[in-house]
Amino acid sequence: MTHNGFGRRERKEDPRFLRGRGRFVDDITLPGMLYGAVLRSPQAHARIVSIDVTAAQAHPKVVAVLTGQTMRDPWMTTLSADTQAVLATDKVRFQGQEVAFVVAEDRYSARDALELIDVEYEPLPAVIDARHALDAGAPLIRDDKPGQHDNRIFDWETGDAQRTEDVFRTADVALTQDILYPRVHPAPLETCGVVADFDEVTGKLTVWATTQAPHAHRVLYAGLTGLPEHKIRIVAPDIGGGFGNKVPIYPGYVCAVAASMSIGRPVKWVEDRSENLMSTSFARDFHMRAEIAATREGTILAVRVNVLADHGAFNGTAQPLKFPAGFFGVFTGSYDLRAAYCKVTGVYTNKAPGGVAYSCSFRVTEAVYAIERMVDILAAELDIDPAELRMRNLLRPEQFPYTCQTGWVYDSGDYPRTLSLALDLAGYDKLRAEQATQRSATATMRSATVLTGIGVSFFTEAVGAGPRHQMDILGLGMADGAELRVHPTGTAVLRISVQSQGQGHETTFAQIVAHELGISPDDVEVVHGDTDQTPFGLGTYGSRSTPVSGAATALVARKVRDRAKIVAAAMLEVSPEDLEWEPGRWFVRGDPEAGRTIAEIAMAAHSSLQLPDGIEGHLDATTVYNPPNLTYPCGAYICVVDVDTGTGKVTVRRFIAVDDCGVRINPTIVEGQIHGGLADGIGMALMEVIAFDPEGNCLGGSFMDYLLPTSMECPSWELGETVTPSPHHPFGAKGIGESATVGSPPAVVNAVLDALKPFGIRHADMPLTPAQVWRAIQNRPLRSDQAIQ
Amino acid sequence: MRVTVTVNGTEYTRDVEPRLLLIHFLRDELGLTGSHWGCDTSNCGTCVVWLSGKPVKSCTVLTPMADGRAVRTVEDLARNGALDPVQEGFLHCHGLQCGFCTPGMLMTGRWLLDHNPDPSEQEIRAAISGQVCRCTGYENIVRSIRWAADHDS
Repeated sequence: MTHNGFGRRERKEDPRFLRGRGRFVDDITLPGMLYGAVLRSPQAHARIVSIDVTAAQAHPKVVAVLTGQTMRDPWMTTLSADTQAVLATDKVRFQGQEVAFVVAEDRYSARDALELIDVEYEPLPAVIDARHALDAGAPLIRDDKPGQHDNRIFDWETGDAQRTEDVFRTADVALTQDILYPRVHPAPLETCGVVADFDEVTGKLTVWATTQAPHAHRVLYAGLTGLPEHKIRIVAPDIGGGFGNKVPIYPGYVCAVAASMSIGRPVKWVEDRSENLMSTSFARDFHMRAEIAATREGTILAVRVNVLADHGAFNGTAQPLKFPAGFFGVFTGSYDLRAAYCKVTGVYTNKAPGGVAYSCSFRVTEAVYAIERMVDILAAELDIDPAELRMRNLLRPEQFPYTCQTGWVYDSGDYPRTLSLALDLAGYDKLRAEQATQRSATATMRSATVLTGIGVSFFTEAVGAGPRHQMDILGLGMADGAELRVHPTGTAVLRISVQSQGQGHETTFAQIVAHELGISPDDVEVVHGDTDQTPFGLGTYGSRSTPVSGAATALVARKVRDRAKIVAAAMLEVSPEDLEWEPGRWFVRGDPEAGRTIAEIAMAAHSSLQLPDGIEGHLDATTVYNPPNLTYPCGAYICVVDVDTGTGKVTVRRFIAVDDCGVRINPTIVEGQIHGGLADGIGMALMEVIAFDPEGNCLGGSFMDYLLPTSMECPSWELGETVTPSPHHPFGAKGIGESATVGSPPAVVNAVLDALKPFGIRHADMPLTPAQVWRAIQNRPLRSDQAIQ
Repeated sequence: MRVTVTVNGTEYTRDVEPRLLLIHFLRDELGLTGSHWGCDTSNCGTCVVWLSGKPVKSCTVLTPMADGRAVRTVEDLARNGALDPVQEGFLHCHGLQCGFCTPGMLMTGRWLLDHNPDPSEQEIRAAISGQVCRCTGYENIVRSIRWAADHDS
């Protein structure tokens, strides 16, 4: 029996999760294991006068207390080549920063002992509002860094400033809008954690961690510990969601490793929810001034964006080093522009470090939000329907591959077809007609009412990082390896460098091998997440598993197929050139009966059969895939909301999403990922924000304050698809993991502001909570980070 | 203090600190790691188990409160090797991705169908509204529970 491989099928990993038999980090218990807990700063910015751990050390269950003073090196390198304190020595720089680490015999005693540590702080003025980070006289946050005299991290620009200015100067219409993409948090349901186990006899360190990048982490741990890299094994077991939150290395991990190495026993550390929300990698916090230029008839000419990026107290983002603002350069969106320019300034503030996370595709989220809000603002200004305005300006299929004004080469797409399908699925014209009727009926009403809003967004994603001549993380190229072995009886083991945080790699990667070799996906075991068991690669984030590692998998399977051809030729006593492939077997051209299946060939390759010269035997291969370009998924989203003008409450009535992610391996899994991202968009647009008070106290430190969408806020999603294969990917896939999170927030916000159109409101920042909507109706919306204060 | 709790039909007697949360008793004392610890504030529901036949968030139940009572966890759903229809529903309808919220969702789903064998979509949504999933956008969880309603024997 032969198999196509691709298509809907149940996931191989599900039976263990359904029975409560998953193995997450906190499920791991080792003999003699100790528990760690982190003491965190209550201050946003303060000098540490003294730390007294005497009482904590006297606790009967406490084994050790680590402080910055006693650590081998209290600083570590971040994935952006900055430094970050593992445990604070000189100052604390954000509320929630790590100050001490207690190791005790049990979980509760470790937490108890934190209360016994006495830290004296001398509070310092704090920089909380990024807009004042570069003020003359602003407190210097990173006085630990030689040569750092202000709070600037970087200035980065792209596009042609002069050309863009020229277009703006002569354009009929030029609009400017300040847009804040507020600080939000990926908040995977499993918080971050680690079990570190150093074996003093073998000198080997094993680290089970919530990591999306185990191989990159191994390199970092080699530097941090001084251990040779082959004596370090990183394991990402089952991971309860990542969304970018689990890409960096966190101080808690490093403390657990240091404790295990000094004590000689395994040490577990798992943060609680408040620690996760207050100290680990947040997302966005992009203060954007966006401008759009167009003709009076509605031809978009140019876009310009000036960005202030709040990275928090340490530059802890994980992104390609040459791209300090990530892939924000694709803010040109899906439109054929004459010019574009942006400038991004990154700054330190006294807030938790991060910025690149929450399925953002290295800041494409912010880019799409900026352009899609501006297109809607332009549509309102010109009194053109927002769908119509987009349709007029979308790139045409014949323009691909398309080099945008900032140099990104979009690989493929049929944007008008994708948007048309979304409009059809939504019944867009009918919705607009209903809305017009409603507006005329309510125009004379003076009391509160419910108004319908229809929001459109069209996005172009840039995923699958990336070409190694352009992109690296800390000097590590973003190529990924794959190894495939076919056993004598024809079943296979695939080892990949990326791993799953819920995406279903054990199923989809088996399907890729099945597709290429024509064997059943059930006969392919996928090994992932263990650096001792898998080839090197940079991990799962930026929607890169399928575009990069999926490509590696297809190519390694093709290597095996080519080798199988030579063996089959020997078996059939013909020349390899005489063989033809059909899924699962090689056969003699013109004589289909004379053929050999992969299983037969595998057995022969392991047998005493005399193999041709140059063929070593067995049926296995390895490869490394260096992507020639990013892949560019796209999508058209339409959101329909009902806004209660009396309470400000927004109800999402319908959400229509048409995605084009190229060829789909397992459509069920693709759709599931889209569903999740759409819920993210509703969360960010309507309820999620990590805000701070002026002293730097985090106001989003628990799920009581950081609100996530539930089943009641989410509608039943309506999906559609178009397929334009990526021309450079081996089987035409593009990646889907982040598309919906990227594309949906502007659709929701555009819908709410469309509902409020009768009030003449141009923009209001996310999250559009009832209070924020109500204020917008009063024509005094607040910046989102102020809105909940 | 000494507590006796019946978990999945087996009686366990243990000396515990009075403050020990039920989720930690199940996970750390009994090694039943199917239920998860997600938020501490009763918001996320990854820790949902049954206590005396009702779903509770075990991160906000003290172990002594379960003394003399019966607890049922996800590990008890499959019987004689066969998955419960709710588990089958999640498998067929792709009701899980990372699997972290799944045990709590399964326990609530099973309880709902025991008390309302033919729930509407809105009733299913209301039943799981005290629990958070970050992966699925809820759509396939709702479908999974509805599938189970159609296949419950």
